Amino acid sequence: MLREGFHNQIKELERDVLHMGQFVIEAVNRSVKALGELDAKQAKRVMDEDAQVNKQRWDLEDKCVDLIARQQPVASDLREIIAMLSIVRDLERIGDYAEGIGKIVLLHGDQPLVRPLIYLPEMTEKALSMLRRSLDAFVNRDAGQAQQICLEDDEVDRLYDQAYHDLLQHMIEDPSLITRATYLIWAAHNIERIADRATNIAESVVYLVTGTPTELNVSRY
Amino acid sequence: MESDPKIETIDLNLYYGSFRALTDVNIRIPGRSVTAIIGPSGCGKSTLLRCFNRMNDLIEHADVRGRIMIEGRNILDRDMDVVALRRKIGMVFQRPNVFSLSIYNNLKFGLRIHRMMAKKADIMSAIQDGLEHVGLWDDLKDRLDANAQSLTLEQQQRLCIARVLILRPDIILLDEPCSALDPVSTLRIEELLRVLCAEYTLVIVTHNMQQAARCSDYTALMYLGQLIEFGQTHQIFMNPKEKLTEDYIRGSFG
Repeated sequence: MLREGFHNQIKELERDVLHMGQFVIEAVNRSVKALGELDAKQAKRVMDEDAQVNKQRWDLEDKCVDLIARQQPVASDLREIIAMLSIVRDLERIGDYAEGIGKIVLLHGDQPLVRPLIYLPEMTEKALSMLRRSLDAFVNRDAGQAQQICLEDDEVDRLYDQAYHDLLQHMIEDPSLITRATYLIWAAHNIERIADRATNIAESVVYLVTGTPTELNVSRY
Repeated sequence: MESDPKIETIDLNLYYGSFRALTDVNIRIPGRSVTAIIGPSGCGKSTLLRCFNRMNDLIEHADVRGRIMIEGRNILDRDMDVVALRRKIGMVFQRPNVFSLSIYNNLKFGLRIHRMMAKKADIMSAIQDGLEHVGLWDDLKDRLDANAQSLTLEQQQRLCIARVLILRPDIILLDEPCSALDPVSTLRIEELLRVLCAEYTLVIVTHNMQQAARCSDYTALMYLGQLIEFGQTHQIFMNPKEKLTEDYIRGSFG
């Protein structure tokens, strides 16, 4: 292939992006597990590891910009690099949401959860499934799958709604729970935002494949 | 940057008669990498390149001052064996300069001049190795008797590179090696340079800034005989330190 070196660099970047995706998926899972068990040690680990996520973001952005400056990419090569620039920023932000849930664990101190997690595990599963499949769609250049994923955001929004009203009910019944119930709303909100970021990634895939920037689903939150 | 350069110039100055073509050039070129020298026409980039294998000796009134250290030796020393130097430091020119001889004899020529091999089997093996390195062996193995000038320009330039390679050089100097080639051939030659830099130190002079960006690890900007800036190509094209570099690569002058 002509310009094999350049295309290998793009492929390598693509692998790095997927690796970063895997890294943040694990971070989110561990943060939610740490919240369920109020495991401060695990929470601190997630928070510490966010620095690695940030570093991956800067490194990958730098490589993308280097390819733009030095290799004069055009057409689908250019779109892929632009899509990757956007995807790594979304992934980095998802890493921040995991870190945020870690902080919420620490905010609890010695106090228990107001109630066991009810909606959060399911929300997390759905949001991370969207994220995983949006990254699959990126690898497979599957705009159809990407569009499908965006529709699922409504389901995560619905679960967030339920969690919110459920926790609000707790606060009304016992105002002494307001602070800790609010923590859980924050955590749920973080997961809800992860699904929005997965939608952004799916939109980047549609742009990469079709060349048309498209807003596929506007989150209710 | 690497602490142990392959080529190092120390206060290098070159005069053509009273014209000072190079002024106090101090550059440290790392080994096993591609270094590009860029700059506007007449800035001294080819002059600098030709210093590295003493090609300027051939120009009357050229006076070279300073030192050029290669592997701990100042190659400007009077007792330097220039023929041996030019075998260790090969050169490829703007237009492919194949001889009107067979492909085989073009390659054998250098070996003979340098009395490197006598046995036919050794010569053949070196020729095959050279052609394989430049990606020509499969195309040309059945017609080594054909006149080299019947090849396409890109093939001729590859042959010139092979002719340098079979002399087992350390350093290869390329003076605008793609300026006679079409864009696709140019990209293919650049790919070849990226492969070769795993084994050799390559220094390329190019008037094509994009080519320097694409295929080099380090870039030097020359202007009016001076080395303005030298650094990793990534740094030069992303965030040059000198305003002159910034202006040149952004196309504000030159």
